[in-house]
Amino acid sequence: MAETTTELIVRAILLRNPIALLVLGICSALAVTGSMSTALVMALSLTMVTACSSMIISLLRKKIPTTVRIGIQITVIATLVILVDQILKAFFYDLAKQLSIYVGLIITNCIVMGRAEGFAMSNPPLKSFADGIGNGLGYGAVLLTVAFFRELLGNGTLFGFEVLPLTSRGGWYESNGLMLLPVSAFFLIALIIWTLRTVYPAQQEKD
Amino acid sequence: MTHYLNIFFTALFVENLVLSFFLGMCTFLAISKQVQTAMGLGMAVVVIQAITVPINNLIFNHLLKPGALAWAGQPHLDLTFLGLLIYIGVIAAVVQILEMVLDRYLPALYTTLGIYLPLLTVNCAILGGTLFMVERDYSFGESMAYGLGAGGGFLLAVTVLAGIREKLEYADPPKGLRGLGLTFITAGLIALAFMGMAGISF
Repeated sequence: MAETTTELIVRAILLRNPIALLVLGICSALAVTGSMSTALVMALSLTMVTACSSMIISLLRKKIPTTVRIGIQITVIATLVILVDQILKAFFYDLAKQLSIYVGLIITNCIVMGRAEGFAMSNPPLKSFADGIGNGLGYGAVLLTVAFFRELLGNGTLFGFEVLPLTSRGGWYESNGLMLLPVSAFFLIALIIWTLRTVYPAQQEKD
Repeated sequence: MTHYLNIFFTALFVENLVLSFFLGMCTFLAISKQVQTAMGLGMAVVVIQAITVPINNLIFNHLLKPGALAWAGQPHLDLTFLGLLIYIGVIAAVVQILEMVLDRYLPALYTTLGIYLPLLTVNCAILGGTLFMVERDYSFGESMAYGLGAGGGFLLAVTVLAGIREKLEYADPPKGLRGLGLTFITAGLIALAFMGMAGISF
């Protein structure tokens, strides 16, 4: 591991994007992309959980017996997720309602587990923290891109502010109903993967 | 009875965990290359959902809910914040027990499911089923119907996708789209088809 901390972060976003390349963590990713604000909150929560859990697990890595490591990792992650959930409910109640069960589902998000198991168990705390931040941001980048198109084309707004005035409100933009449906996230992610793999042909799948 | 059937079919088709809530996506995409393995995994999901959702329902109603501990002299205790930790513990335990039972009594099925079984602990569809049950405040009977329906929905979706992907092996898409990209588009189209059932009430 000769990579510096910044390299770790940047690579996780572009070259080793957890969603586009490793197919991790799309479970809860798609449903929260209906609007930019929920996507942003979700991305921040996940980044915090991944970074903190990676750091804590990395600090404990020499003490954790291998046979029960999954259980310990899950416990650390679940505790952090409960913290995030309680904070959201206390200070951003409306957003917490919109995110409904998806905050809780961060526990089973494979990115968090994957980084804990794949990176934090064999690397020092600071590097693990950076790796967690990078992967969280990589996830956030995909999430926000999808949310950007879905909210803009579906509702004509960004973060709730009107960008394209809708015909139903006297403007000129006819909203695209497909984008309001969760299904559109599938197509948008497929397009993102296609773009990334055309730019970086090394990521293409062989037969 | 109609009420329970209603919950079952809604969970199975209209509110399919995979196709309308995007839960269990990782497993859904990773295990759908062949119909046979897809069905085996789907069956495991049905069994685990049908057991864990009702168990977590009992725990929620009798231990965690505000006022649930009144019998122990703690009428004001609200332990709901411990929910996530306990549900995931229950799921991990049930998966582990199921694994041991299958290994002992049904070794053939055990070898078919192989490593997918333990992996289900971290499948969001399983935890998602429990969390939806809590959010909607289902009774014990309702939660049984819901668990079965939610698991069955996963089985249905993953088998359909695997069938299509087996045929897609012979297609010739653009290079960047091969594999994952194409699978996403297929899953999207299946989800669109499932939405056609949205207006149906049973």
